[in-house]
This record gives sequence, structure tokens and C-alpha cells, in this order.
Amino acid sequence: MKTAVIVFPGSNCDRDMAVALETVTGKAPAMVWHRESELPDAIDFIALPGGFSYGDYLRSGAMAARSPILRAVGDAAARGVPVLGICNGFQVLTEAQLLPGALMRNAGLNFVCRTVPLKVENSQSLFTAGYQAGEEIHIPVAHHDGNYFADPETLDRIEGEGRVAFRYADRVNGSARDIAGVLNDAGNVLGMMPHPERAIDRAHGGTDGLRLFEAALGVLA
Amino acid sequence: MKVNVYVTLKPGVLDPQGKAIHHALEGLGFTGVADVRAGRFIELDVADDTSDADLDAMCAKLLANTVIENYRIERP
Repeated sequence: MKTAVIVFPGSNCDRDMAVALETVTGKAPAMVWHRESELPDAIDFIALPGGFSYGDYLRSGAMAARSPILRAVGDAAARGVPVLGICNGFQVLTEAQLLPGALMRNAGLNFVCRTVPLKVENSQSLFTAGYQAGEEIHIPVAHHDGNYFADPETLDRIEGEGRVAFRYADRVNGSARDIAGVLNDAGNVLGMMPHPERAIDRAHGGTDGLRLFEAALGVLA
Repeated sequence: MKVNVYVTLKPGVLDPQGKAIHHALEGLGFTGVADVRAGRFIELDVADDTSDADLDAMCAKLLANTVIENYRIERP
């Protein structure tokens, strides 16, 4: 199992992500700098970490989405390689048009930093197969721009196709239909604002994030 | 030449920032403001022979996120 974490200037959850991947696979991921144009050969899993790439200049994720490595990430996604974008990584994936919609300033304008209840909407995806449909899990969020927006037709389509992976069980940031995580149409790209990599160890206060990595990395018992 | 690009939220897209500005204006005693929408102004200094198509591509590919934003290009 060969994994990679893409690192942008301003990423700050890249090491947490690396710890999560290593915990589950037993092998440290390749840390790939955004200026690279190629991913390591035969890569099995790509993570785009949280943070504030390029200081959120222009729009959150906008600059990172145009960096050279994103072309390689897009190609890998098209080949079916699983791609997980957390927080800023989700913003980058929408800006790169690998996922629908956009993430806007939180409706309350506040930075929201707390553990939130999430409802697992789709338990059939490669990322969410370790959860039960409708299960409530608890995962931390920490973001300013997590207010998911898409036009009503797009929302209806992704809902109809089962592409809403997670929904906030609370009002958190004003997201359309409380959407917290979205899959691409092939189901191998997931973007979510909550941080599962911050909930993999009892010392984190919860381990609900662990099953996402276990499912996605194929190590479920 | 200097080209001005105005990026604005599409109608119907909620603008929490504009709302906050609106409330602050009311707090300062400016009543009679019906609505506030905040956008972004970008000034480009480009070669005089830059085509409209290139300017449009700059906006569509980077300066605006057309999922949520409209843009308007003003050249001299």
C-alpha cells in the first residue's frame, strides 16, 4: 500500500495525515511537494491535507488547485486512485473541479473549531464502508470557509446519486443541506471539511475517524 | 494597459460577509441600506495587445470561481 500526502505552502495538517496513514498502513507516506509534476509510481492512495495553502489568497484552495501536482492528482483520480481531501484539501478539490460545488465563508463568519456530530449518509463508498448508514460519528472541524454551496440542481443530483458521504447533525457553518462531505461521480474522490485524521487515537478524544482510513486503505478485518 | 476585473457573487448566493457589513453600517447609524454584497476588484497590468479571449480565460480559469461568482472585465 503506497500512499502520498500532497504538501502545499501553508498546509498544516500534512503531518497529522501522515501519522494517520502510517498508523493504518504501517508505512510512512510519500510527502509530495506541490511543485512536483509527478506522483510516485504505482501510488494507491492520495491525501490532500488541511491547512491554509497560499494563505487562502484569492479563495481558499484556489492557488493550490492550479499547482503542477494537481494535474497529476487529477490524472490519478481519473484512473480510479482514491483521493481524500480534508478541509483545505476539500476546498482544493472543488477549486480543481474534481468535486462539485464550492466552499464559502461560514454563515456565522466565525472560525468554527470543535468536535461535531456527523451523520454517515453513504456507507457504501470505499471511504465509508466501515460505518453503518445513518450512524452518528464525532469528528473535529476547524475551518473558516466550510459553508458548502452548489446550485439546487447539482445538490439534487449529488443527493440522488448517493454522493453526500457525510452530513452535519448540527448546524455548523451554513452548508447547503448540511453537507459535510461529498464524493465524485466515480466514488473514488472524497472531500470533507471535518478532520478524521484528528480522531484516530484515544488521546484525541475519539477514534471515529479511524474506520475511514481503515476502509479506504483496505485493512478492515 | 490597466484592465479592471470585478468579481461578484452570483445572485442567489448568500453573502455572509455582505450581511456583516450591512449590520455594521446599521450599527453606525446608516439606515436605509437595503442590502450589501461584497466582491473583489482586481487590477491587471497587461500588454496592450492582450486579447479579450485571454482576459476572459484568466477570469474563468483563476480570478473567479464560476460556481459561485460572476466577473466583469473593464478594459480602457
